[in-house]
Amino acid sequence: MVLSNLNLLNIRLIAPEIILICTALILLLLDLLVKRKETVAFVGVIGTLLSAYVNFKICALGWSGSILAGMFIFDGYANFFKLIFYINIILTIFISLKYMIIEKASFGEYYALLLFATSGMMIMSGATDLIVLYLGLELMALSTYVLVGLMRRQLRSSEAALKYFFLGAFSSAFLLYGISLTYGLTGTTNLREIAASLQTLNLTDSPILFLGLIFFIVAFGFKIAIVPFHMWAPDVYEGAPTSITAFMSVGPKAAGFAVLGRVLFDAFGDMQVQWAGILAPLSILTMAVGSIVALAQTNIKRMLAYSSIAHAGYILLGVITGTPEGLTSTMNYLFIYAFMNIGAFAVVIMLRSEGFKGEDLSDYEGLAKSHPLASALMLIFMFSLTGIPPTAGFIGKFYVFMEAIKAGYVSLVVIAVIFSVVSAFFYLRVVMYMYMKEPKGEVALTTSAPMGFVLAVTALTTIIIGVFPSYLLNFARFSIPG
Amino acid sequence: MEDIILNQLNYPILTVTVFLPVMGALLILFMKNANLIRWTTLIVTVGTLIVALPLLNNFDKTTYKMQFVEEHSWIPSWGINYFVGIDGISILFIFLTALLSILCVLVSWKAIETKVKEFHIAILIMEAGMLGVFVSLDFFLFYIFWEAMLIPMFLLIGVWGGSQRIYAAIKFFLYTLVGSVLMLVGIVVLYFYGGKTLDILVLSKLSYPFGLQCWLFLAFFAAFAVKVPMFPVHTWLPDAHTEAPTAGSVILAGVLIKMGAYGFLRFSIPMFPDATKFFIGPIFMLSVIAIIYGALVCFAQKDFKRLIAYSSVSHMGFVTLGLFALNPQGVEGGILQMLNHGIITGALFLMVGIIYERTHTRMIDDYGGFAHVVPWYAGFFMVFTLASIGLPGMNGFIGEFLIIFGAFKVKKLLGILSAIGIILGAGYMLWVYQRVFFEKLNPNYKTSGHHSVWDLDFREVITVVPLIVFVFWIGFYPNTFLSYMHSSVEHLIKNMDANAVAGKEYLIVQYIKEIFGWF
Repeated sequence: MVLSNLNLLNIRLIAPEIILICTALILLLLDLLVKRKETVAFVGVIGTLLSAYVNFKICALGWSGSILAGMFIFDGYANFFKLIFYINIILTIFISLKYMIIEKASFGEYYALLLFATSGMMIMSGATDLIVLYLGLELMALSTYVLVGLMRRQLRSSEAALKYFFLGAFSSAFLLYGISLTYGLTGTTNLREIAASLQTLNLTDSPILFLGLIFFIVAFGFKIAIVPFHMWAPDVYEGAPTSITAFMSVGPKAAGFAVLGRVLFDAFGDMQVQWAGILAPLSILTMAVGSIVALAQTNIKRMLAYSSIAHAGYILLGVITGTPEGLTSTMNYLFIYAFMNIGAFAVVIMLRSEGFKGEDLSDYEGLAKSHPLASALMLIFMFSLTGIPPTAGFIGKFYVFMEAIKAGYVSLVVIAVIFSVVSAFFYLRVVMYMYMKEPKGEVALTTSAPMGFVLAVTALTTIIIGVFPSYLLNFARFSIPG
Repeated sequence: MEDIILNQLNYPILTVTVFLPVMGALLILFMKNANLIRWTTLIVTVGTLIVALPLLNNFDKTTYKMQFVEEHSWIPSWGINYFVGIDGISILFIFLTALLSILCVLVSWKAIETKVKEFHIAILIMEAGMLGVFVSLDFFLFYIFWEAMLIPMFLLIGVWGGSQRIYAAIKFFLYTLVGSVLMLVGIVVLYFYGGKTLDILVLSKLSYPFGLQCWLFLAFFAAFAVKVPMFPVHTWLPDAHTEAPTAGSVILAGVLIKMGAYGFLRFSIPMFPDATKFFIGPIFMLSVIAIIYGALVCFAQKDFKRLIAYSSVSHMGFVTLGLFALNPQGVEGGILQMLNHGIITGALFLMVGIIYERTHTRMIDDYGGFAHVVPWYAGFFMVFTLASIGLPGMNGFIGEFLIIFGAFKVKKLLGILSAIGIILGAGYMLWVYQRVFFEKLNPNYKTSGHHSVWDLDFREVITVVPLIVFVFWIGFYPNTFLSYMHSSVEHLIKNMDANAVAGKEYLIVQYIKEIFGWF
């Protein structure tokens, strides 16, 4: 890269990421100086908001484009995902405050790592070069490994971190292998140039490149937890601090879809037939395993882990279509999923109190009697995850189903709707426990103002998008040109 | 637009009617006092009925077109509108829904003691959903109402129901959801076929290739057949009806299961005429099986509510038989029978609920000789029993007569078989009446002094009297109600004949080829 490319005017397009990383570094220092971890969290939120402000100010000014010699791009697609990441981190910080104290794992590094992970995701969403993509992915992954194992006194937390690390490292190796195969054939790591050389070198039928493509799908499949690369998810989701589970079920998944979409559409757009052929059976498998295995879970975190696997299957439908609208439907789904899933996890966290884990489904028995409001919110999230109108979950599903049918995958959609009925059963079971059983004992909820804020935001968004989806749809649509 | 008449009134009457209950639900969200909640719900449901009344006066009976139409852009990027309107087929269901909702509140006055607020919110949301289904003219809107209803109904059964309530609630939910999601796929296919619109009127006018029609017909059939319910997907119904609280049973039997038949009438028959004709044989068969099987199973029931639930299967068999007879008598009879069944079965469930409040048992063996202790109750019950049997002069007779007439015109055997169902119906209803009200008084209840069963009180009389009025009104002068349907039904049948591929003789092989060509 020539140095003259690095002029300051271009730097402004990665200012959001820079601000976020600087904030994270400040947090690390701040942690040494202040005792109250809430202060650290507060500064973290300010930094995130500043970064978000700068990001969308740049948007509003109409600046966009490719920088750093075409390695990084600031476009609507990346911005849409960044919005998801910003929402994800802010909501996560709010639900963590009290929870991490209860878990006796309230470290300042926690917030710094959240910021690092988020900046990694942002880099992923804007990466147009495989090397930058890898960089972002590793930044995200390494931070999350630590976050998962933060409750170091708990065996299952450490186990989860180790498991996640090993399998994550494994998937990184696949990614690197894929990158090197692609580089070997095309001589470039830039996505656009790969696409160009696919045509000029006539590589679309090359078996080696196909192998490279498979490696990409495997690597990203780990991040978005599709079957058969989902093995880590239930254990990690269960072992990690619940706030991190919420964070992980949305952020890295969305980031994984961001790079999956970017790589498949931008670089391998001409091989749509091939990758759709790989992804279609995987999505069926994902929906099937996620929905069916979730039926047998008694731990709510594990259940939500399988539910998030199943959702990855539905979200994948939008990618499979290979159309820009299909990708839009995927993004739309992820946005909605962020709210309903974090909302559900927020309720799970509320049940955790000093000396009470509150992770078992039976802990929800009769919750509606003692805590009607919390139960009503959980009810909304559960029905939304099922995809019952008038909640946002329905809009998300409807959109991907619509696009998949438009692209001709009718039988795939029929299978998907059948599994969404299967999944209804375990979501309903939570509602059933809350409303239709008698309470066994007194369950105390741990409430706080930030928690209330998160619940209000997520529940209202879930309902409002469900009834008036237009704004979100337009926003998602304008994020993708053409 | 040639198929609609803009709203004759200068305010959005349908929107107000549909969303008034939602407003009521939001209002009682902030209430604490149980009696205040009950009164508010009652006022809101009565208000909804009153608000809807101008529909009756201003309705133009001479046209099949959609009336009181409102159309607003809703999700422009998908071409989806908030589009509501009613015609002769849907208008009467609005009033059935509004009326039964009021009665549901009344009958639950004392029966519901726990989670009063949630119960009444569920009832109100339910009412809004049901009204919404009958007025929607956009598939997306329709589907939202159709599915949104599942949530309150699931809670009604599961929270306030009987001992097997959880099983029944989940079974109900999953059965209906399977059907609905398949319909959803069908809706999306229609959306793209019709050029990205979900306007029901536009989609009804298109003609679809035969193979596609068959698939779509089956997708919609999955949703509607479960809802009706037709044999053999009826098994959720006895459980749900039996375990639901009285109000839930009344709504289920009175309105909810009518939506399946309404769906056939509004979507399947006009949109897929060729497929309708293709599948008509199996549908007749299933209808007749439902009529006779449902009636026979009634004889074996020990549980009073279960008996009425199975009688619904039988009666709804008549409805589907009438609708698919596709002649004016059959279709009008089918629609009228839907109303009748809503009134009669709704009333029977109300009555059983009333006696359950006193005895806390639903087993027929635990009753006996009640005519001695609760004569008024027995008298009212007799009226509904006879109406259910189809005694001339009462509403059941008119509906069943028209249906059998219509079926007879199609095929004599159908008329004969369905008539057997009526005979069986008289059998089980009179037999159960005998076991509950005559014979010796069950020793569990004393005849003199302190009764453990007491007769109807004022509130309960108020609850059932409106239904008795309709039993006789429809029975003696059905034209009040039939006159609303004539034009719409006539249009439906005319359209059916026009749209069907005339004189196209198909070989079965050709049929199958064309159907699978679309897969």
